[in-house]
Amino acid sequence: MLTVTTFVVVSVIKIVIAIMVLLAAVAYSTWLERKLVGHIQNRWGPKRVGPFGLLQPLADGLKFILKEDLVPPHVYKPLYLAAPILSLSLALTSIALVPIGNWVAVGGIYTPLEITDVNIGLLILLGITSLSVYGVALAGWSSNSKYSLLGGLRATAQMVSYEIALGLSLVGVLIMSGSLNLREIVDMQGGHLVGWIPRWNIFRGQIFAFFIYLAAAFAETNRVPFDLPEAESELVAGYHTEYSSMKFAMFFMAEYANMITVASIATLLFLGGWHGPVFGPWWLVDILPIFWFGLKVFAFIFLYIWVRGTLPRFRYDQLMAFGWKFLFPLAMANVLVTSLIVALQK
Amino acid sequence: MQLVLFFVFGIIAVAAAINLLAQRHPINSALSLIVVMASLAALFLLMGAEFLAAIQVIVYAGAIMVLFVFVIMLLNAGEEERTPGSRVAKRLGYPAVVVLAGVVAWTLLTHNPHPVPVNLSGRFVGSPTAIAQLIFRDFLLPFEVTSVLILIAIMGAVVLASPVGTAAGPGSPEQPPAKREG
Repeated sequence: MLTVTTFVVVSVIKIVIAIMVLLAAVAYSTWLERKLVGHIQNRWGPKRVGPFGLLQPLADGLKFILKEDLVPPHVYKPLYLAAPILSLSLALTSIALVPIGNWVAVGGIYTPLEITDVNIGLLILLGITSLSVYGVALAGWSSNSKYSLLGGLRATAQMVSYEIALGLSLVGVLIMSGSLNLREIVDMQGGHLVGWIPRWNIFRGQIFAFFIYLAAAFAETNRVPFDLPEAESELVAGYHTEYSSMKFAMFFMAEYANMITVASIATLLFLGGWHGPVFGPWWLVDILPIFWFGLKVFAFIFLYIWVRGTLPRFRYDQLMAFGWKFLFPLAMANVLVTSLIVALQK
Repeated sequence: MQLVLFFVFGIIAVAAAINLLAQRHPINSALSLIVVMASLAALFLLMGAEFLAAIQVIVYAGAIMVLFVFVIMLLNAGEEERTPGSRVAKRLGYPAVVVLAGVVAWTLLTHNPHPVPVNLSGRFVGSPTAIAQLIFRDFLLPFEVTSVLILIAIMGAVVLASPVGTAAGPGSPEQPPAKREG
């Protein structure tokens, strides 16, 4: 049993580490994106700052901090200032619930590899992501500019629409594992199905759910091909047109942090979380699960960027039709079929 | 600890509710309502109804209130104008509130002389399984009737909102399909 003091100390240490790792991952996702998209488009991407341009995120950060922090006239100031804070804080909060590995014992203290282990972790995660709409909507509204407003409206409509398909696509996994605890969901996926095929949910009939989730997650994070809220050819930059300096950077960081969270949920629910081949001496056994988790999340980020470099943008009515007339019924059918099969097996 | 948290979130909820009425700009009122929802979720969590708390945030704060904000943004609603209001409402309104609160308190105290204290220790049976059994087994018929009622309301809204001639259903090929999220 932990005493209150150790609990607080351990939690603070974990929070600091998690936020630092997340922010570093965010910074290097931007580097990876510029590099990969560059290569896809037959360019080099950043290569001047440090070896392979690896110090580019630092230079970018410095630039953001040194830029003039401009508040345009005629904005509704309280909400204009609150919107980026809301976006970034919600994006950083959600990582608290993502388990990246098994329990570990450090110096006699036995602790899970996440900030907090809650029995309805997935629901809280969905709740936090559903609140992150407000950052975008309020930014668009409070900027008092037509481009921002249109971007904010599009983002709100899009996120509310795709949240339904996103939520329903997870229900199949929840029915199969019978738990809302992310750790238990991952534990259900240990071992192998047949031969060397792992018992991940994606191989246990949830493959449609996985692709629904993938499409809906792209839309939830406002990424190509669903990046209409910031379609630069028609809306300048959408909801963050009027933002500059660190306030713009906060939206930017929130977007990438949300990408990482969405990739983590997909890894935990469909790809077996930290499960993977574990071998070698004890220190390797401890590190390998975290490595597998990181590798799966990285694969998702890579896919995100790959899609961005390849696909064109949807038209707005196509986007809505795709969400409501294709993804939503498919997700519904997946829930029905999965629950039927689970009921018949019992 | 639990009592302290109860008072903190209770006071936040009441203060936000009063703020909702006092604010003149609709978007501020909507945001106050979100704060009310969130603190209600925290109160549910204190009682141990964690599923209900999460659903409260996801459905009310994360979906329904988003539509409120969406509509306010879409209509570009400005600040309300203060009108003097009716004198009758002012004279009778405040005493009526006091009387109403008094009647409710009196009824609760007389008809329920041994009130069961609200359990703040997290022993509430609020797991998803328990709630599912309540909804889909014990109260299946009322639940289904309610959902049909809501469906009828949605259909009515669609009919009312669609322009004359293209009533209900996706529009003719020239007409863009009716938006469903609004």
